[in-house]
Amino acid sequence: MTEFTPFLSLFGGSLIGLAAVLLMAFHGRVAGMTGILSGIVPPFSNDWGWRAAFLAGAIGAPALIVMSTGYAIPFESPTPAPWLVAGGLTVGVGVTFGSGCTSGHGVCGMARLSPRSIVATFTFMASTAATVFVVRHLIGGL
Amino acid sequence: MARIVSALLIGLIFGSGIALSGMANPAKVLNFFDFAGTWDPSLAFVMGGALIVTAIGYAFVLRRGAPIFDRLFHLPTRRDLDVPLVAGAAVFGIGWGITGFCPGGAIPALGLGHGDAWLFVGSMIGGIAVARLTRHAMAVRTAADTA
Repeated sequence: MTEFTPFLSLFGGSLIGLAAVLLMAFHGRVAGMTGILSGIVPPFSNDWGWRAAFLAGAIGAPALIVMSTGYAIPFESPTPAPWLVAGGLTVGVGVTFGSGCTSGHGVCGMARLSPRSIVATFTFMASTAATVFVVRHLIGGL
Repeated sequence: MARIVSALLIGLIFGSGIALSGMANPAKVLNFFDFAGTWDPSLAFVMGGALIVTAIGYAFVLRRGAPIFDRLFHLPTRRDLDVPLVAGAAVFGIGWGITGFCPGGAIPALGLGHGDAWLFVGSMIGGIAVARLTRHAMAVRTAADTA
């Protein structure tokens, strides 16, 4: 069980949206984690500076919240290590061929009503729900 | 320098949003998709909040001629649907459903200092690298065939 957190989740979601708007306003870039990350994975793109800075900020943020507010950010990963590796490889291949993930397609692309992003978002949401159903209710956990 | 500081601060806002919303917590993400079990609808509020703010903000920002630190907005222009898009999205969903980590949730989760997030992200970057090199090779071959 995890606690239902409508207000905190709405607030956090709004911050994600704010970051997406600012990245477009200042850098002219889509705030998609796949696209940002891909530029610092071989074959490298030549504009890796802002990408690395964005990633450093994103990684540093939770630590800053914990240190400055003392709020213990909930984290629980129920997946065994071999499945984390398999799942990580699967996600990496999928988002590269699918040209984006939850942030790029699900937030930025959907906000622009991009047909590709709408189709991609409905596809990965359905695929994720089906996978969770198979893992939890047909197999009975990993 | 201003570009780098700006990207760092925007990354901080993004990471804070991910961490506070619950997107960096795989158990919470998996529960959102578990309609038949321990369903937690929170992530609908994350997506809703992010979408509303982005849609309204983009409408104002994209009316301007150019972003502050660049000559143009780098917006995807393709509108056609193709097999890699749909197949890739479906494959991504399988990995997301197994682990509860998506790229935007997993990167900020690194900052929480749990080994699981690092193991996932390391594997994901491996997957991205292999897929990028494969795509690159396919594009080179297609170009050679056409030439």
